[in-house]
Amino acid sequence: MSETRRQTPEIVALITLFLGITAFTVAGFAMDWMPPVASQHGVGVDRVIHYLLHATGPILVLGACVLMWFLWRYGRGRPTQAPHTSSRVEFWWSIAPVIGMMAVTEVGVVVKGLPVWEEIYAEPPADAVRIDVTAQQFEWLVRYPGPDGKFGRVAGDLVENTNPAGLDPKDSASHDDIVVRNQIHVPLGQPVYITLRGRDVLHSFSVPALRVKQDVVPGILNKVLFVATKPGRYEIACTQVCGMGHYRMHGAVYVDSPADYAAWLKQQTAWLQQQ
Amino acid sequence: MPASMTLEQSTSSWGGRRPYPIGLGVVLVTVAMLFSAFVAALLVRRTGADWTGIELPPLVWANTGILLVSSAAVEFARRAVRRGSTETAVRWLGVAATLGLLFLAGQLAAWHELTAQGLALASGPHAAFFYLLSGTHGAHVLAGVVALFWARARAARGAYRSQASGLTHAAIFWHFVGGVWLLLLAVLTTL
Amino acid sequence: MSETHTGFWRRYVFSTDHKTIGKQYYFTAMVMALFAAAWSMLLRLQLAWPQQTWPVLGKLFPGLYQDGVLLPERYLSLVTMHGTVMIFFVISLALVSGFGNFIIPLQIGARDMAYPFLNMLSYWTVVPACLIMLGSFFAPDGAAGSGWTAYPPLSALSEAAPGSGLGQTLWILAMALWIASFTMGGLNFITTILNLRTRGMSMRRMPLTVWTLFIASILGVLCFPALTAAAIMLLLDRVGATSFFLPSGLVVGGQLLSYRGGGGSPLLFQHLFWFLGHPEVYVLVLPALGIIFDVVAVGGRRPVFGYRTSIGALIVVAVLSMIVWGHHMFVSGMSPYVGEYFSVATVTITAPFAVLAMNLVASLWRAEIRLNTALLFALALIAAVGIGGIGGIFLATATSDIYLHNSYFVVGHFHLMIAVVTFFAIFAGTYHWFPKMFGRQMNETLGRLHFWLTVPAVIVGFVAMHLLGMGGEQRHLYDPTVYQFLRPIQWLNVFISIVLALAAAAQFIFLGNLFYSLVRGPVAASNPWAATTLEWSTPSPAPHGNWPGELPVAYRGPYEYRVDDSPEGYTPQHLPPSPAPGAVPVPV
Repeated sequence: MSETRRQTPEIVALITLFLGITAFTVAGFAMDWMPPVASQHGVGVDRVIHYLLHATGPILVLGACVLMWFLWRYGRGRPTQAPHTSSRVEFWWSIAPVIGMMAVTEVGVVVKGLPVWEEIYAEPPADAVRIDVTAQQFEWLVRYPGPDGKFGRVAGDLVENTNPAGLDPKDSASHDDIVVRNQIHVPLGQPVYITLRGRDVLHSFSVPALRVKQDVVPGILNKVLFVATKPGRYEIACTQVCGMGHYRMHGAVYVDSPADYAAWLKQQTAWLQQQ
Repeated sequence: MPASMTLEQSTSSWGGRRPYPIGLGVVLVTVAMLFSAFVAALLVRRTGADWTGIELPPLVWANTGILLVSSAAVEFARRAVRRGSTETAVRWLGVAATLGLLFLAGQLAAWHELTAQGLALASGPHAAFFYLLSGTHGAHVLAGVVALFWARARAARGAYRSQASGLTHAAIFWHFVGGVWLLLLAVLTTL
Repeated sequence: MSETHTGFWRRYVFSTDHKTIGKQYYFTAMVMALFAAAWSMLLRLQLAWPQQTWPVLGKLFPGLYQDGVLLPERYLSLVTMHGTVMIFFVISLALVSGFGNFIIPLQIGARDMAYPFLNMLSYWTVVPACLIMLGSFFAPDGAAGSGWTAYPPLSALSEAAPGSGLGQTLWILAMALWIASFTMGGLNFITTILNLRTRGMSMRRMPLTVWTLFIASILGVLCFPALTAAAIMLLLDRVGATSFFLPSGLVVGGQLLSYRGGGGSPLLFQHLFWFLGHPEVYVLVLPALGIIFDVVAVGGRRPVFGYRTSIGALIVVAVLSMIVWGHHMFVSGMSPYVGEYFSVATVTITAPFAVLAMNLVASLWRAEIRLNTALLFALALIAAVGIGGIGGIFLATATSDIYLHNSYFVVGHFHLMIAVVTFFAIFAGTYHWFPKMFGRQMNETLGRLHFWLTVPAVIVGFVAMHLLGMGGEQRHLYDPTVYQFLRPIQWLNVFISIVLALAAAAQFIFLGNLFYSLVRGPVAASNPWAATTLEWSTPSPAPHGNWPGELPVAYRGPYEYRVDDSPEGYTPQHLPPSPAPGAVPVPV
């Protein structure tokens, strides 16, 4: 017994370690790291994250407290009863964490998360601003349909230095398409529907402030739908490793007032006229 | 109360002194999962718009027949072992293994025929899967042929006079590989 | 069964003794770990100080640096190889192949594995795999650089990235050899555990170390073939111009890849990969938990709480792990309905995991805790798996994963779960079984030093990575300062790099302790920890054939500490029950 009593300083150190780790974790997650949210569905995403922080934080603290208490009570050599538990008792104890975790997590997924998930993957409304973004090593080619409201046909075999988007000049709808690099202007408060196109490798279109992230997969047209709620400049990052320039696939979404957005659009030269 | 029991109450239910069918079972499961993964990939790929089915060379059917006959040969060998006729068993195992090699040669010839028709590995998805599935299967047939030759050598040395678990395992593996081929053929021709 | 007539090569190099093979795996993993850790230090230097030049490193590694600057493509190769080598060639090699081989026959009362020759083959198959992996750095365009997940098209097209040249092909070949080796090993483990248990050793009397290795082996055997299939198809896409994973119309560097038929799907690779990839993490984590259960029972001097419910929970985790892989693909373009299924399914794994965590903690209730280094690491593991497991919920919930996918939250999470948890288990297992492996004891003071310099640092460092992810920093990022929104949190990268570098340096204390103790450590008794399981009933180190005389017989469960009135306070598994007065002794 006395050997375990000499353990007390080490037990105290261990408890302090777990206390410190728990405090560090709780304090760290209590701080506000996320860029201020600037989209409608983003509020829902943040709500899910905050729900999980508030629901799981106490679980972590409870577990840590129990662990530290057991170390204190059973690590310093005090007399202890023999540890008899029947399988039945052990079984019933295991029901609690099962029910507890299922409740906490499925509330998060289904109750809090599913409505937002459906919002993100909903069909775009008719008045959505449509933008077509091609991700390629290592830039974002952004295309607007122009005054005719129609995107021109694009094809991989038409891609050239002067025609990076691969627009087909024979398609009249492509004549007024606007192509810009690494910047997307969108109007405040209006749904924006972006089709994501890829021709070389996987990329991922992500705008952290808008809580937007969707992989760009060659061969598939993925989509992104959001409504921006705060004017400003929000950076685009590629979040799927795509080669040596992955780190500099950097762009920006500019959320303008509707008037500024219209003005910007008017200022752009159509692709065909740039040839 | 301590959790100890008498020996009789606690003897392992798998009985540890018999030979090991479990090892073979693990091998079969692994191989089955491998081909399942390939077939799953094929089923997914098949939904693509550019899928055009190809005609497999008729040689493939002849090869299949050879494989089935070789399975029969293996069974004759096992029966001979049970009867105690070692020489007959050795001969049948030799036949089975040789037929296995013949199957492989036939598969290579089928590949040659297909390539001559202009359907090489990269010619299209159906062709690609044919080469992939038949190639992987062929590698397993080769392993089976090695197992059959090994069993034949053991039989010749009289190892199967009292018990023939090694031969049984080789036989099961051989039949399994044949069965897999039938399934693959079904997938490659009906889909 | 004597080994006295075998020569040096048969005894130490091509040994078929599971204990030697286990040690071979362990030390091979150690060598690979030195490489993978060194690469990670180069990565952390780049992440913390992206604008800095390193002339000394430039001279040491001319292939990686140019004018003292780490090349972006080489950064990606280092990330790829760090992950690949750590997961497969360090953690799996040490924890599953190393400890598994050493301990399974000893804990179930067998003389060796079911197939000793196959066992030897499995080790010597992994050695060329290691060499090919390491050697791939010398390929003309460098080592593979598409991440350890090797997603096509990037990994399939040598035109798309320098790291996708020969280096990627060599990566595939090395992985194929590794999978073959692991399959042979899994076969051995499963057969041995089912067939070679000694008399009285029913499945319900096996230590949890053996249970978890058993379940991990089954998982591996079932799931690795999917990766094999994906690797073969990827190889064919690379060298055979097939298009299993490559869609039509690919344009790389302005060139249309017209020689390709196209029509393939990159998502198909992801599904096949993750069908293995998710169970793989449990192949690593479950044996870690199993070892810790053993260590906690020994160190707490009481039976594991919930031995049976733990087995049930382990099986549930394993089964569930095979139907949740899509949570790695929430934003891949998969159908959102399928995504929602995977989210609902994935979070159910928290239930059995919580049972395991509760049982670990509850195994300290009414314990008589006897601290040693092994138990210290076991306790630290409980903390790590608690934090890491909870972090997983954020990623399993599809809606929050939209923000956190491929961010440093993921990197922090998997490092806590697969690096910290498994390394703590490797350390605990080493300090615990060193006497049985080498006949000597490691120095406990150095062990404490190792513990205190490692544990706070790695936990704090990888928790901090989660915070980087909350701030939105993405993975595989050569230079975070490119992004304005990341500059305010760049200090976290500096903090993490310093903290982890200190932790890395502390590992030399462990290595020094280990190698010194190998030759000069105090000679160990057969049962220095007063433990109950069968491996402690034989001399230290365990001799060839494992028991000098008859095989032990198991008369009781594996954790009978303080459950009856035995004067020593524990009852070894191989001790027969004392007969009641007047009873006839049970014949053995």
